[in-house]
Amino acid sequence: MAEVILKPTGNFDLTVEAEVVTPDNFAGKSAQDIGKLLVWQGPKQFPISDFFEVRGNGGSSAQDTTIVIDGDVIRVKRIGEGMTAGKIRVKGSTGMHTGTAMIGGEILVEGNTDSWPGMEMKGGLLHITGNALDHVGSAYRGSWRGMTGGRIVIDGNAGNQVGGGMSGGEIIVGGNVDNFCGTRINGGLIAVKGNAIRTVGAEMTGGTLVIGGTIDKFTPGFMQTAVESDLKFNDIECPGKYKKFAGDYAIPQKGKGVLYVSAQNNEDL
Amino acid sequence: MAGTIAIKNGHVFDPLNEIKGDRMDIYIRNGKVVTELSAAELKDAKEIDASGKTVMPGGVDSHSHVAGAKVNVGRMMRPEDHYKFYQKKTPLTHSGCGYSVPSVYLGGYEYSKMGYTTVFEAAVPPMEARHTHEEMRSTPMIDMGGYLVLGNNWFLMRYLKEGDIEKAAAYIAWMMRTHKTYGIKCVNPAGVENWGWGENVNSLDQANIHFEVTPEDIIKGLTELNEMLGFSMPLHLHANNLGHPGCWEITRDSLKIPKSIKAKPKDPNVEWAETKVNPKRHESVYLTHCQFNAFGGTSWRDFESGVKGITDYVNSHEHVVMDSGCVPFGDATVMTGDGPAIHDLYVLTGNKWSNTDVECECGSGVLPFTYLKSNPVHSVQWAMGLEVLLYVKDAWKSIMTTDSPNGGPFIKYPQVIAWLMSNKARQDTLNECHKWANDRAGLASETREMTLNEIAIVTRANAARTIGLSHSKGSLGIGADGDVAIYDINPAKLEVSDYESIIRAFENAAYTVKGGEVVCQKGEIVAIPEKKTYYTDITVNAEEEKKMIDDVKNWFKYYTIGFSNYPTPEKYLANPTPIKIDAEV
Repeated sequence: MAEVILKPTGNFDLTVEAEVVTPDNFAGKSAQDIGKLLVWQGPKQFPISDFFEVRGNGGSSAQDTTIVIDGDVIRVKRIGEGMTAGKIRVKGSTGMHTGTAMIGGEILVEGNTDSWPGMEMKGGLLHITGNALDHVGSAYRGSWRGMTGGRIVIDGNAGNQVGGGMSGGEIIVGGNVDNFCGTRINGGLIAVKGNAIRTVGAEMTGGTLVIGGTIDKFTPGFMQTAVESDLKFNDIECPGKYKKFAGDYAIPQKGKGVLYVSAQNNEDL
Repeated sequence: MAGTIAIKNGHVFDPLNEIKGDRMDIYIRNGKVVTELSAAELKDAKEIDASGKTVMPGGVDSHSHVAGAKVNVGRMMRPEDHYKFYQKKTPLTHSGCGYSVPSVYLGGYEYSKMGYTTVFEAAVPPMEARHTHEEMRSTPMIDMGGYLVLGNNWFLMRYLKEGDIEKAAAYIAWMMRTHKTYGIKCVNPAGVENWGWGENVNSLDQANIHFEVTPEDIIKGLTELNEMLGFSMPLHLHANNLGHPGCWEITRDSLKIPKSIKAKPKDPNVEWAETKVNPKRHESVYLTHCQFNAFGGTSWRDFESGVKGITDYVNSHEHVVMDSGCVPFGDATVMTGDGPAIHDLYVLTGNKWSNTDVECECGSGVLPFTYLKSNPVHSVQWAMGLEVLLYVKDAWKSIMTTDSPNGGPFIKYPQVIAWLMSNKARQDTLNECHKWANDRAGLASETREMTLNEIAIVTRANAARTIGLSHSKGSLGIGADGDVAIYDINPAKLEVSDYESIIRAFENAAYTVKGGEVVCQKGEIVAIPEKKTYYTDITVNAEEEKKMIDDVKNWFKYYTIGFSNYPTPEKYLANPTPIKIDAEV
């Protein structure tokens, strides 16, 4: 597999829109050609080589191409947007919209990401070893059509509105989440190992939510239906005892979503 | 020489002059169609070789929501409509974005790419006229005008109740001039006023709250007033109960009301281009987006097409013309002055919703909507929109629209044209649709395929004739505006089963000529032409007008703005073009 290494060297005082950084765009190109691809910074376009030192040629196809970003790129947005295959490894933290609308392949961020990772994602794997800010796998502003497929794994914490409007795929958060986790979802799975604050599953009309820790303020509009132990969703395991709820009954499409909440951590429910 | 051009050897379709694909040359001098150019003029003129191509008058859209307050609400509430559909700026053009509700610049460019040169905004609330004109002024490439929403106006309802027709006439004339608008739009008469109280009206003889006038009173009153004042266009009617199963009956009955009212468009102060067909309307009512007014059944469970009930009536009567309101599937934004209808859609979908009460005048609602082939009702609506156009035997009674962006954005017109021209296109789509499209509508067995001449009628000639613009638009007769669309279609070799090529040809006109200048070529804007804004300026009896204005001033205490800030001055218009009419009343 061919490896293209991008070493950040430029001035990122204004954020850079790097939707061209995908294995699809790099495949079949030499390091020099890759360096000539254009990215927007503010109102102007510049070649990638103004911001990164490019080493290594792309592979024959996206599948055969790995991009390694060697350092923090927190001021670089849209890395891997719409990628269909191949791999991106970031040795550091990324900016907004990492892996937005990705269709296939794999992105590994060995650090944190800003908001909107995996927005409206359709397939593939997005793995963030640190924390993510808001709107993980959610819909764009104004829309309720979020992630439809693929998997997002966040080892640390995630912010608000994880999986907003999601209808397929999986989001696994190792740590805690903030508000509006799984709001308006109608399909898919969100498994949170840690705690949530409030409005978990608000207006959900389908799909499955699992909260392994505590919920500060439980969403009204959910009704308990059962108690289940050691949940298993294909390869995703959620050990322990869970109270199972149906909801959200606060909206016309009543009670088609499933919410599991750790029994041990939420005794008052 | 600017605005001078020779378009040679094209297959010309000019329905108002009964030219059906003959190979001929079109000459334009100083922006107007002429018989010929002198040798000296020809030397300087731009020449287009249109051999093997289709030449039509520039497209005319007589019903589209493109400018004004509710359109802008659609933009503001739909960021998700923008971020995947955008255009970068070029040295000549502005940037823009928006799929179903484009920004003003993008909207103008997109129309021009399809060969359209004239577009009328379907609904201008009087209080929002300034806003509408500001947006129309900034919409490039197309001549424009707007229809004033008067179907639930407090003054008119009061005058109609009191039977004070003279004052009502003076009021309408004054309002048109004050707000620089072109014709009368009537939306859910009596019902939108009731919506202020959380209600609607359900029948033509149901009197509304406080004003106690019925939809029938309003439709009858406004059509009579329209003819009394001699407007160039008929009353533009959005019937009651729109969007509800079974509404086709109330629509048909609404069309019966103006049956006995004779169309009397007065001669305005314009020079008429030569036409073979009578360029003036004989209809007293122009029903808009018929599809939305033609729902059959009694509930969503037994929902079916009710189009035939209306087209049968239209086929056997001469006083009705209508546009279709086709549904081409995909994202749309529903926006109308019919507040209660949009509220019902909100309850049905749970989508985000905006509602406005325009004080003493009207209302409106906006809601994002997606039409899916897999949805039973939507797939029937798709079939119904095409039925409206295919079931009407005489193309001169119908106009093609999508009620943009209600049924779908206007950029889908090429797709609609393909369905009208190609049975194969319809059958192929039918196969992808929910089975209701087959079972609950008659489209599947309709084999009619529209000719290019009929397409020219429903997309330009009849739209222009209906709204009284055939003196300069929708025709290539001598003296007409030099607005021409040239499409990459060779009528001699046209195979309608290859409908993808029809879509491609109408999506990007080979040339769009406006005022004798090539403004767009193969989807690329090459010039930004001057544009005109039409409005109707009717003279009425000065004494009657004075009495009426005293009334209006008296009631202005109910308005949130001052009387002096009410009118829209001409400076808000790009090249204001008044159509002057002496009403002799």
